[in-house]
Amino acid sequence: MEGEAGEFNVTLIKKPRYIEEEKCTGCGACVEYCPIKVEDEYNQNLSLNKAIHIYFSQAVPLVTYIDAKKCSFLKNEKCAICEGICKNNAIDLCQKPEKIEVEVGAIVLSPGYEIFDPKLQGNYGYGTMQNVVTSLDFERILCSTGPYEGEIRRPSDRKHPHKIAWIQCVGSRQVIPGGNSYCSAVCCAYTQKQVILTKDHDAQAECTIFHNDVRSFGKDFERFYQRAEKLPGIRFIRSYVSIGKEIPETKNVTIRYSTYEDGVKEEEFDLVVLSVGLNPPDDVKDLAKKFSIDLTPQGFCKTNPINPIETSRRGIFVSGAFQGPIDIPESIVTASGADALCSQLLAYRRGELSTEREYPQERNVSGEKPRVGVFVCHCGANIGRVVNVPSVAEYASGLKNVVYAEEALFACATDTAKKIAETIREKGLNRVVVAACTPRTHEPLFRDTLREGGINPYYFEMANIREHCSWVHAREKEMATRKAKDIVRMAVARATRLEPLKEFQLPVDKRALVVGGGVAGMTSALSLADQGFEVYLVERDSELGGVARKIHFTLEGLDVQEYLNDLVGKVYRHPLLHVITDVTITTVSGYVGNFATTLKAGWMAREIRHGIAIIATGAEEYKPAEYLYGKEDRVLTQVELGERIARGEEGLINSQCLVMIQCVGCRNEERNYCSRVCCGHSVKNALKLKEINPRMDIYILYRDMRTYGLAEDSYREAANRDVKFIRYEPENKPQVEAVEEGGHRILRVTVADPVLGQKLEIDADLLALAAAVVPLATNAEISRFFKVALNPDGFFQEAHVKLRPVDFAAEGVFLCGMAHYPKHLSETISQAYGAAGRAATILSKDSITASGAVCEVKESDCVSCGVCLSVCACGAIEFRDTPQGKKAWVNSVLCEGDGLCTAKCPTGAIQLKHFTDEELVAQIDAAVGET
Amino acid sequence: MDQLYKNLADSIRKSSADSHAGDVMVVGGGVSGVQASLDLAASGFKVYLVDRAPAIGGKMAQLDKTFPTNDCSI
Repeated sequence: MEGEAGEFNVTLIKKPRYIEEEKCTGCGACVEYCPIKVEDEYNQNLSLNKAIHIYFSQAVPLVTYIDAKKCSFLKNEKCAICEGICKNNAIDLCQKPEKIEVEVGAIVLSPGYEIFDPKLQGNYGYGTMQNVVTSLDFERILCSTGPYEGEIRRPSDRKHPHKIAWIQCVGSRQVIPGGNSYCSAVCCAYTQKQVILTKDHDAQAECTIFHNDVRSFGKDFERFYQRAEKLPGIRFIRSYVSIGKEIPETKNVTIRYSTYEDGVKEEEFDLVVLSVGLNPPDDVKDLAKKFSIDLTPQGFCKTNPINPIETSRRGIFVSGAFQGPIDIPESIVTASGADALCSQLLAYRRGELSTEREYPQERNVSGEKPRVGVFVCHCGANIGRVVNVPSVAEYASGLKNVVYAEEALFACATDTAKKIAETIREKGLNRVVVAACTPRTHEPLFRDTLREGGINPYYFEMANIREHCSWVHAREKEMATRKAKDIVRMAVARATRLEPLKEFQLPVDKRALVVGGGVAGMTSALSLADQGFEVYLVERDSELGGVARKIHFTLEGLDVQEYLNDLVGKVYRHPLLHVITDVTITTVSGYVGNFATTLKAGWMAREIRHGIAIIATGAEEYKPAEYLYGKEDRVLTQVELGERIARGEEGLINSQCLVMIQCVGCRNEERNYCSRVCCGHSVKNALKLKEINPRMDIYILYRDMRTYGLAEDSYREAANRDVKFIRYEPENKPQVEAVEEGGHRILRVTVADPVLGQKLEIDADLLALAAAVVPLATNAEISRFFKVALNPDGFFQEAHVKLRPVDFAAEGVFLCGMAHYPKHLSETISQAYGAAGRAATILSKDSITASGAVCEVKESDCVSCGVCLSVCACGAIEFRDTPQGKKAWVNSVLCEGDGLCTAKCPTGAIQLKHFTDEELVAQIDAAVGET
Repeated sequence: MDQLYKNLADSIRKSSADSHAGDVMVVGGGVSGVQASLDLAASGFKVYLVDRAPAIGGKMAQLDKTFPTNDCSI
C-alpha cells in the first residue's frame, strides 16, 4: 500500500480459486465427484470435505474453490475429474494469481482475531486427547451444518457425551509463556451460551464450568449468566484446574480441581471444552508493516486514546476485534463508527461512485389467476429437526392455487433467493409463500427477491414455522408437522388475496437532532457536522460535558478534563453545529426523515425540524443507601473518590487504610445488572493512590473482578502493588460500622474471606463504594417522545442486541453512550461514532422509501364519528371536507400501519392495506376449514 | 471551498473510469468488515471488501447461534 489519506493505492494479489466465479452456479456436482478428501477447515477439521468444495453452505460468494495443496491435479497433474463434470465449464485449473491495483480514499482494517491455540501449552491435552476440543470446535459440533449435523457427539467414538466440562480462561489472564496476560472478554458469555444450547440438545446433560471470575459485564449478560446457572445439572466451580489423564478404554478425560470445601479432587468427563481466548490475527506484524500502522505490545492495533477507531496513520481506520478483544455488538458499533470516520474524511466525494440498484420491470399480474409458489425452509436444523419439511412441501403442492412447491436448506441463502427469483419468472408465479422463520428479520429480503423476480413485493407472504412451530413444539414432532401444514395452508389462502401496493418516496430533511450534550452526544454531533450535516445538539443543563465532568483520568491515563474542554471547544466552533443548552423537549412529531421537535427554554419555545435523532442522554451514579453512605462523610462513591484524588486532598492522600466495596446497588434484585465500569474505576483509583502514597493500605472487596479486556493488566498491576483483593459472597456482604477507638472515629469493615474461611476486620480511614450506574428517571419521557423502548432496567433498548446495537426499532432514531448501558469513555466514543455512522446512512439519502401497507378510508362508508382520529397514535388521520361532508382522511406518510383505527371503525370504512379483512378472513377460514 | 470540492469530485469521477477506483477499502470480511462495508455503501461510498478466505463471514460464520437471542449466526 502506498499513498496517503484521500488517495491510497493498494495492490492486491488475488489468489487463484481455480474456478471462474461468474460461471460457477454452486451446484456442487464437482464436489460430489472429487476423489480427494480433505479435512474441512470450516468445521475445524472435525469432518471431511473435498479438495474442491464450497467454503460453507451459505457462503458468499457461493462458488467452489480448490484447495491447491490437496488437489491431485494441482499437485502432480493427475485427475481433473471436476473439469469434465462441470456443465458450465467453470473450472480453470490453470488459473494464476492476479494482481489488482485499487485506488481508494480511506482504508478500514477489520482483520478480526485468531483463536488462542491451546497446543502451544501442552498441558491442556489438546491435539493429543481426542475428547479435548476448543470452544470454536464445539460451536461447529453444536451446529446443524457442523461435523455431526447438529447432534452433540464427541470426536473419539461419536457418542453423545453426557458429562461435559468447560475450562475458562484458556490462553487468557495468564502470565506464563505462551499465554496472554489480558482477558479475552467474550469467553464467559459464549460458554454460558454453549451450556444453554447443550441443555437444549440434551436436557439430561451434566455441564460443569471451571472458572475464575465470571465476567458478565455486558448488557443483559448478568441475566443470561443466571439463566445458565439455574439450569438443572449445571455446576459453576471456581477453581484453577489441570487436565489429569485420558482413560485408555473410554477416552474420557479427567480434570483435577480444588474447592474450599472439599480440597483437591479429580473427576472424569466425557468431553472437555477449552474456552479459548482471542489472539491478534496471525499475520499481524506483516499487516502492520504493509499499512504502516503501529501495534500495541499485545499485537492489537494501536489506536488514538481519544478515538479507538483511528489507527496511528491518517485515513486508516480499525474496526472489530483488531482493536483488542471485543464482542460482536462492539464489533458492529466500531464498524458503523469506521463508516462515520471515513465519511468525515471523504464527505466531498460522497455518492460520486455509487450506482443505484436496478430491478426488472414489474409485471402486471392483476388479470391473472393466483399462481402461488411455496418454499419450505429447513433453516438448517432449526425447523428441519422438528418439522418434516419434505412432507410439508409435498402437502403445499396439493393446495388450491399452488402451482409450485419445494424445500430449501436455507431459503435466505443468496443462491436460494436467486433461485426463487428465477422460479418466479420460469413458472409465472404471481404469489410467493416462504415457510421459514420470522418476517421481522426476513420479510425485507424475500420482498426483494420478488422484485428481482419481476413481481410486486407485496405479493409475498411468510409462514412462520420456526417461532410459531418448531421452536415451541420441539418435543411433538408429528403434531408440529401438522401445525406447519396448517400455517402454510393459511398463508397460501392469504397470499391469493394479496394486492400489489406502491411504496412512497419520502424526502429526507438532512438535519440531525442530538439529545444530550455529554461525550456521547458531542462526539456524534461533531462527527455528523464534520460529514457535512447540520446538527442541533440539545442539553438540559447549562453546560456541556455530562458525567465526564466528574471524571478526571482514565485507566489508560487520559486527562479527561483536557480532552473534554477541547471537545466542547470544537463543538461550539463548528459552523454546522448549533448548541442549545438549558432546554427540555416538550413534543416530538413526525417520522424518519421528517421529525419536528419542540424545545422549551424558560418561557421560550421553538420548533426544530430534523431527519434523524440520536439519543445520548447518559446515566448517573447511584446514591448508595448502604454502608453508612450519607451518614459518615468518610464514605464516598468511586466518582467522588476520583474527584478528591484529582484535587489532591491531603486527608485522603495521608490516609493509612482505604477500603473499596464493589457492586453497591447493582447485581442485586432491584438492579439485576452489572454496571460494567466499576471494577475498572476501583482499580484505576487504587493504582493512582498507590502511586501518590505507596504506603497506603488498600483493600478491594469484590464479588467477581470484571476488569475485562486489556484492563486485566491493570488489575494484575494493582495486585502486584499490594492492593489486597478479597472476594465476598453476595449472601455474606461486608459489614460496616463507625466505631470510636483511641479517641478517633474509624470505619470498621468486617468481611468473610472464603479463601481463609474466616472473618476479617479492617479498620479503614476511608470507604469508597463502587456505586452502580443507574438510568435517568427522564428516560421514560424520552422513550415516549421518540416511541422507543426501554429495557427492564430502564436503559434504552436497541433494535437488536447483536446486529443493530445503536439503532432503535423506530426508524431514524439512534442511540449511544450510557443511555444504552454503562460503559467506559472509550466505548462511549466508539458508540457515538457508530450512531453517527448509522445516522449518516439516512441523512446521505435524498429520499427514503416508506411502506405501502398503510390505512385507507372508503369515504362512502365513513360516518364521520371521529373514533379513528382519537385512537391513531401517529396523528395520521384528519377530517377533510368532501361534497358528502366531513370524512376521515389518512396521511399515508404519517401512517405507520398499526391498524388501531381499523379495529375501532364501527362501519369498517378504514382498511389497512396488506392486512385487509378479506385477506385475514381468508386466512382464518383456512385455519378452521380443514384440519 | 465548494469549488474545491467540485473540482475534487470531478477528478474522482474521471478516475473512476478506470475500473478499480473506489472510496474505501475494507480489509477483512468478518462481521465487522461486512457491517462497515454495508454502512459505507449505504452512505454513498463505493467499497472494496477484501478477504483472504474464499468466502466472507469470518469467525462469526463458524458460530452456531449467538447470545442472548440464540439467533443463528449466519
